[in-house]
Amino acid sequence: MIALLLVVLPLAAGVGLLGAGRAVNRIAAPVAVAAAVGSVVLAAIGAATRPAVSVPLFAGSPAGLRIDGLSAVLALTVAAVTLAVLVYAAGELSADPGRWRFFGLLLVFAGAMLVTVTATTLPALLAAWEVMGATSYALIGFWHADLDRVRGGEVAFLTTRTADVGLYLAAGGAVAAGVPGLRLAGLAAAPGGWRDLVAAGVVLAALGKSAQLPFSFWLSRAMASPSPVSALLHSASMVAAGGYLLLRLHPLLAATSWAAPLVAWLGAATALVLGAVAVAQRDLKQLLAASTCAQLGYLVLAAGVSTVAGGAQQFVAHAATKSLLFLCAGAWLTGLGTKQLPGLAGAARRYPLVGVVFTVGAVSLAGVPPLSIWAAKDEIVTGASTPLYAVGLAATLLGAAYAGKAVAAVWRRGPGDRAYREQPAAPVTRSMRAALVPLAAGAAGLATLSLPPVAAAWRRLLGVPGEAGPTAAELVLSGAIAAAAFAGVVALQGVSSRRARSSPAGPPTRRARSFPGGPPTRPAPAAAGGRGQPRGAVTSGARPGGSVAAANRMLVDWLWLERAAVLLVARPVLRLARALATVDDRLVDGGVRAAARSAAVLSTVAGAVVELRVDTAVRSLAAGVRRLGAWARLPQTGQLHQYYAQALVGLAVLIVLLIVFGSR
Amino acid sequence: MLLSLVVFWPLLVGLGVLAVPRLPDRAVRWLWVAASAVDLALVVGIWIGYPGRGIGYETNLRWIPSVGVGYHVGVDGLSLPLLAMTAVLFLACAIYSLRQRTRVRGFAALFLFLETVSLGLFVSLDLILFFVFFDLSIVGMYFVIAGWGHGDRQRSALKFFLYTFLGSLALLLGFIGLYLSGTPHTFDMVALTHAHPLTGLGGTLALLAIGLGLAIKTPTVPFHTWLPPAHTDAPAAGSAILAGVLLKMGTYGFVRIAMPMLPDTWRRYALVAVVVGVVSVVYGALVALAQRDFKRMIAYTSVNHMGYVLLAIGAAGLLGSGAAARSLAVTGAVTQMVSHGLITGALFLLSGVLYERGGTYTMDAYGGLASRTPRFALLTAAAAFASLGLPGFSGFVAEFQVFAGSLGPVPVATAIAVLGILLTAALFLAALRRIFLGGYRAPGGATVSDLTVVEAVAIAPLMLLALLIGVLPRFLLDLIEPAARTAAELVAR
Repeated sequence: MIALLLVVLPLAAGVGLLGAGRAVNRIAAPVAVAAAVGSVVLAAIGAATRPAVSVPLFAGSPAGLRIDGLSAVLALTVAAVTLAVLVYAAGELSADPGRWRFFGLLLVFAGAMLVTVTATTLPALLAAWEVMGATSYALIGFWHADLDRVRGGEVAFLTTRTADVGLYLAAGGAVAAGVPGLRLAGLAAAPGGWRDLVAAGVVLAALGKSAQLPFSFWLSRAMASPSPVSALLHSASMVAAGGYLLLRLHPLLAATSWAAPLVAWLGAATALVLGAVAVAQRDLKQLLAASTCAQLGYLVLAAGVSTVAGGAQQFVAHAATKSLLFLCAGAWLTGLGTKQLPGLAGAARRYPLVGVVFTVGAVSLAGVPPLSIWAAKDEIVTGASTPLYAVGLAATLLGAAYAGKAVAAVWRRGPGDRAYREQPAAPVTRSMRAALVPLAAGAAGLATLSLPPVAAAWRRLLGVPGEAGPTAAELVLSGAIAAAAFAGVVALQGVSSRRARSSPAGPPTRRARSFPGGPPTRPAPAAAGGRGQPRGAVTSGARPGGSVAAANRMLVDWLWLERAAVLLVARPVLRLARALATVDDRLVDGGVRAAARSAAVLSTVAGAVVELRVDTAVRSLAAGVRRLGAWARLPQTGQLHQYYAQALVGLAVLIVLLIVFGSR
Repeated sequence: MLLSLVVFWPLLVGLGVLAVPRLPDRAVRWLWVAASAVDLALVVGIWIGYPGRGIGYETNLRWIPSVGVGYHVGVDGLSLPLLAMTAVLFLACAIYSLRQRTRVRGFAALFLFLETVSLGLFVSLDLILFFVFFDLSIVGMYFVIAGWGHGDRQRSALKFFLYTFLGSLALLLGFIGLYLSGTPHTFDMVALTHAHPLTGLGGTLALLAIGLGLAIKTPTVPFHTWLPPAHTDAPAAGSAILAGVLLKMGTYGFVRIAMPMLPDTWRRYALVAVVVGVVSVVYGALVALAQRDFKRMIAYTSVNHMGYVLLAIGAAGLLGSGAAARSLAVTGAVTQMVSHGLITGALFLLSGVLYERGGTYTMDAYGGLASRTPRFALLTAAAAFASLGLPGFSGFVAEFQVFAGSLGPVPVATAIAVLGILLTAALFLAALRRIFLGGYRAPGGATVSDLTVVEAVAIAPLMLLALLIGVLPRFLLDLIEPAARTAAELVAR
């Protein structure tokens, strides 16, 4: 009952808000926050009582929900982050005319994620999975007057749904294989070929949802969403769902010979490559988005190497860290009107609280000890083979670099700008603060999960008491690498920005004093997103041209993945559609029209030609018969002597015939 | 007799409407709504009273005994959901038509006639009775399009009539083949299903004729080209009935007649149904994707959605899969018929609202309506997402079962068909963007007003039902599953 209530509460509240429309704008935020509080409480009760429920759905496959150790951790995380995000959004969107829609959709979105992490059967999982994708579309395109945002939502939904096809196929494979009740736990035992199909489908769906290579680009477009949406979508839901699914089904991956290594390597590759992409970004939200792909790469890697404890820890640590960072970015976006890194110079000084918690989050993201992601990552890579471990370390290095870059950017003293200075900065409201501080505490403190006694309890909770943790040496090594890289990047960026500042003429001192937080310009439309901005260099330092510049452009533009998808998939499909529409009009319907025309022609022919001929023939026949009749009347003269003469002629003919033919 | 009352009640009211002289239009409109509501209430009563399996409410009277034709009617788990969906949709159309102003009496009488014909077809247990209703539906819809349509309505109506009438002739040929094969000769469906006497070449020819007739009505590729013009030029309520109810006559015929009466032949040619289904799914969705006209686009998505039905019943004829999977596929097919009726009915009524406001279906003539018409936008978005198979709506319940049940026997075909949900997602998102999102734009700078109460009351219940089936499908599946299991067993004989 608790399990059912846990998911029904946010879903019902959300659908209720959506159904009620504008009339409930005033109470939308309070209702949503209340529902989220209820979810947190229910998730906590569920974690303690471990309920399970099964509702009949299809013949032979119910919709099952169960809160086991892993689900308890994840459900609690999802509920808590949702609550924080809703509290923040209540402040940021306090005057938006579409609150009913925003809070309604956000609740449905969170409810779908809760179903996803508690589902025990494929149909229930798939249903929630798809609802999450569709609501993400509506949330990303929330400000729908701006078509760029709408398109961002479309890209997100279509890309993830492309991958979702895998889950439909997996469900079909599970039915064909006779997996009892289509239970997730039974998938690993499916026979041979069907098991491979199921695993392939699951991997495809999870990679798409988690924005792993090659699907990463949709997450870049998803940045058009309001910041609270980004904060939820990128942390505890949607993108994290893919990693969760793989973690949940790691026995299935391990049961095939290929899926586990494939997943591990794809996760590691995403961590590395998207880490580089993140380093190259000039837009804070884009940087954070790429870092999401990279950090979730570790989660996917965890599933590939079957370290459930590490994976769950990464899920939780990343959820707290990333939601915090996105909310900070959102606060600056609202307050300063920009999310461009150069434009954010001094942002942390102007909003000290936001600056401090942002730094906490970024340090965690960097993998610097003793914060949460540092410990989680090591829990994961410790289970990996040496090459994977090396890739993981390299990705850690990049993680420290992009986190350092972001921190340096927001603490840097800006040159200031008169026009900007005159605009008042939007204040950080109390509700925003109420959301940021607990998340920062989570981002900082969750590393305690790796302390030996806690770690043992954590493993028992997740039902994997035997999993090994990282050694002290590994922890020290990765921590040292991250800390050194982070410090190095911050220092370097500081130097380069000082150099950049000293170059333009003018008195910097007065401006810096009077307005430390001023970005050089105020890029007007927050709406433009990162994509409309000119692609720039990684740092302001000099760079060699040619291939390095090209590589950099490629990284800034997310490896041109979206371009490739448009070029290789979207455009050919559209072209094919147009061609088929023409074929349909001209050829298929043309055939029908031709058949109809030919019937008309046939009838004309029948009417004008055949009918006439037949009639003529009939008439000529009649005329012939008439003439024959006339001829037949000729001998009938009524004169007896003429009849005798006729009989004589006839007799003569008969005799001649007899002579000719009778002699045989 | 209750069932016969349900069937002929609308016709009686329709005749009454025509018979009473100088009935004011307003009274006619409300009488129509009341008559449809009563009929729906009766159908709900029949649903509640239905025993759960087998044929219920059966009536078998002599009609033309010299050629073995009887008035044989009854309902089971295949027909009752469609009966209910038909009654719901006709009521929605009656309410929607409360704003009808031109020649109301004829319009109402024609729809009441069509309601009798549609309900009659689904309860028919005699081939000739089925055929009579099948043909009368074509006649009724011809007059709806030709009389109350717009655009090039005469031509579209004639095309619709000739094309589908040709199909019905093929159907009749097949029925006669079935009649001649039985001993004693009979048109009784129950007897023919029980005996399934026709096999070999005769069976092939009969299936060819019946399949052709039903494929035109459904319609499947390549017999679908009557559909877009008929829909584009029909009045909104006519489109809703055409797509929601009349198309189901084709797919229902497959499940009710072709599969169980010709099981050997069906199994032999099941792959043909699968291929036709998959081609309809992908081709219909692709052509819909290229449309600029909202109503025409929805018409093509019907081809796509009916393709799933063909895929499922084709897969159910391939015995490689287990009985459970085949029953799942047939359940999905029947659910899809109900679901498509509700959702596409709603979409066509919504397109009628669009046309009423702007005078055109061209999507690019509009833009950003969501900012001015939140109710209209919300309902259209809900219908669009339901149509693209979003879980939580009935379409997902149907399509999930179709895919899950079909993948075992025909994995490649099903994998291709699943791509259909991607294409429909793409086309509905594009349609929503063009009409409702972005900056505000309306034809001729007109101000587009939001849904009126009447429009909302007509359309919203359809979406609520789709939502109900999507969230709590058991009340429907409990009815369909036993019948679907029986159908799957019949084809496996």
